[in-house]
Amino acid sequence: MSTLKFQSQSVATPYFIFALILFTGQILFGLVMGLQYVVGDFLAGIIPFNVARMVHTNLLIVWLLFGFMGAAYFLVPEESETELYSPKLAILLFWVFAVAATLTVLGYLLVPYSRLAEITGNEYFPTMGREFLEQPTITKIGIVIVCLGFLFNIGMTMLRGRKTVINMVLLTGLIGLAVFFLFSFYNPSNIAMDKFYWWFVVHLWVEGVWELIMGAILAFILIKITGVDREIIEKWLYVIVAMALISGLLGTGHHFFWLATPEYWQWVGSVFSALEPLPFFAMVLYAFNMVNNRRREHPNKAATLWALGTAVMAFLGAGVWGFLHTLAPVNFYTHGTQITAAHAHMAFYGAYAMIVLTIISYAMPKLRGIGEASSKKAQVLEMWGFWLMTVAMVFITLFLTGAGVLQVWLQRLPEGGEALSFMETQDKLSIFYWAREATGVIFLIGLITYMCNFIVDRKVAK
Amino acid sequence: MSDTFTKGMARNIYYGGSVFFLLLFAGLAMHTTREMPKSDHRENLTQAVVNGKAVWEDNNCIGCHTLIGEGAYYAPELGNVFYRRGGGDLDAFKGFMQGWMKIQPLGIPGRRQMPQFNLTEQQVNDLAEFLKFTAEIDVNSWPPNIEG
Repeated sequence: MSTLKFQSQSVATPYFIFALILFTGQILFGLVMGLQYVVGDFLAGIIPFNVARMVHTNLLIVWLLFGFMGAAYFLVPEESETELYSPKLAILLFWVFAVAATLTVLGYLLVPYSRLAEITGNEYFPTMGREFLEQPTITKIGIVIVCLGFLFNIGMTMLRGRKTVINMVLLTGLIGLAVFFLFSFYNPSNIAMDKFYWWFVVHLWVEGVWELIMGAILAFILIKITGVDREIIEKWLYVIVAMALISGLLGTGHHFFWLATPEYWQWVGSVFSALEPLPFFAMVLYAFNMVNNRRREHPNKAATLWALGTAVMAFLGAGVWGFLHTLAPVNFYTHGTQITAAHAHMAFYGAYAMIVLTIISYAMPKLRGIGEASSKKAQVLEMWGFWLMTVAMVFITLFLTGAGVLQVWLQRLPEGGEALSFMETQDKLSIFYWAREATGVIFLIGLITYMCNFIVDRKVAK
Repeated sequence: MSDTFTKGMARNIYYGGSVFFLLLFAGLAMHTTREMPKSDHRENLTQAVVNGKAVWEDNNCIGCHTLIGEGAYYAPELGNVFYRRGGGDLDAFKGFMQGWMKIQPLGIPGRRQMPQFNLTEQQVNDLAEFLKFTAEIDVNSWPPNIEG
């Protein structure tokens, strides 16, 4: 009993399941780190902070990549109106990626990082030890191979079938993702150059090409759940992703303020990153507009909630919280403080975690053979999960912002002799960190509630 | 959106605008790469600095510290630690680093712990050279004060 339009869409299932497993791991390690912020010697020696953080951020990147790939395998056949070019290749790449990701995380946890660097021959081709790009070089090569195989599969499917706007935007986003990742192999020994080109992966991913992927997935969901004319949705999609790229490319400048770069970046970066909230604001208008003008009542209420939620939270996290500290005179004081952490948490959750959860919400009932939507009871649980996680993330962001403002006040604003040291400042912030940790526990409860929704319909799915 | 603004126009803005701004970005990046030797002081890039950067990376120091504001926010900024702890004197800074790295972890209950990395004396000296090099890069006068 299948409710899929195309059988090959089912290859998305393992991708989504593994993404959710990694997501759970990410949250658990986040809680460990949150506790280490206030109880510094918690798990000392067993999971040092740098290891916990590497696992937390790397799991985030990898689960989102699994989510994006699952999303592409699900929506591309439907958009192209043809079966996937090679379902076998998709499954093979799933296992390659899953095994490589697991081994890498085990490597982080079981051996000291320097030993891992030694085992994987980092001295011959050093790419490790840079924030977010900590993966051993061999894992990076694996990621490139998986991406190429994936792009080939998706590209061939699109070539065979209908070429829609959603497909084209998604494809440009995915190609950009693969191309910009290549900069992770460039690690000059001059730290200034290293940092400059490091942003070609980090910024141009999250504030560039990933936004195209997000926009394409959101547009697909909106067409499906609202029944609004494709022409209208596609026109919006073009405008939004155009704004995202136009502001985001030169917006990279806001990372070049405090490097060995010419001062014009302070102007370019400030002006263009001030424009970066616009596409997110447009996305909010667009999502609510489409849902208000819907031509059908889709039975999957949870998916509609996720779609609206991601638009709002991405605007708040990536748009508003990004803008708060993006102007050079402000950033001079906030750069590298807890304000950055606050923005990062809400932006990643709102824009990327939530868009993957949106497509999972829409696709899972179909993939499991339940129908257009899971049962009412399961949807209620899913929506409880949505609210618990989302409200928890709002408060995590507020507490980290409070910590950041106080940090700037104590450590950055006073003159040299009067400023508190980093560690003294951190002691003064502990009340915010405790509150953040408590809210993190609520987030975990939300995640568990969300996971339970899959169990409710288990019998139906058989 | 009215009918006068067609999907074709939206598509042209997407592809045209993206290519235009991508080229502009590439041009500025090339110009910056050419200008950087004036401010990054690469003439000071010795073999010791190169080795020190490898020590920095192989031990994932960025997983706790920030360097020029990027990294984790769990441990102090090290972009200017050469001035904070060494007063801008290389021998004094090396002496401080040798002592500091040896006594880790401090083992004060409840305090954040820096792991013991078991680095050789040579590696610690190289690390000090790398941090000195980083401190001397002209980063448009960031951070605001010595506390980083």
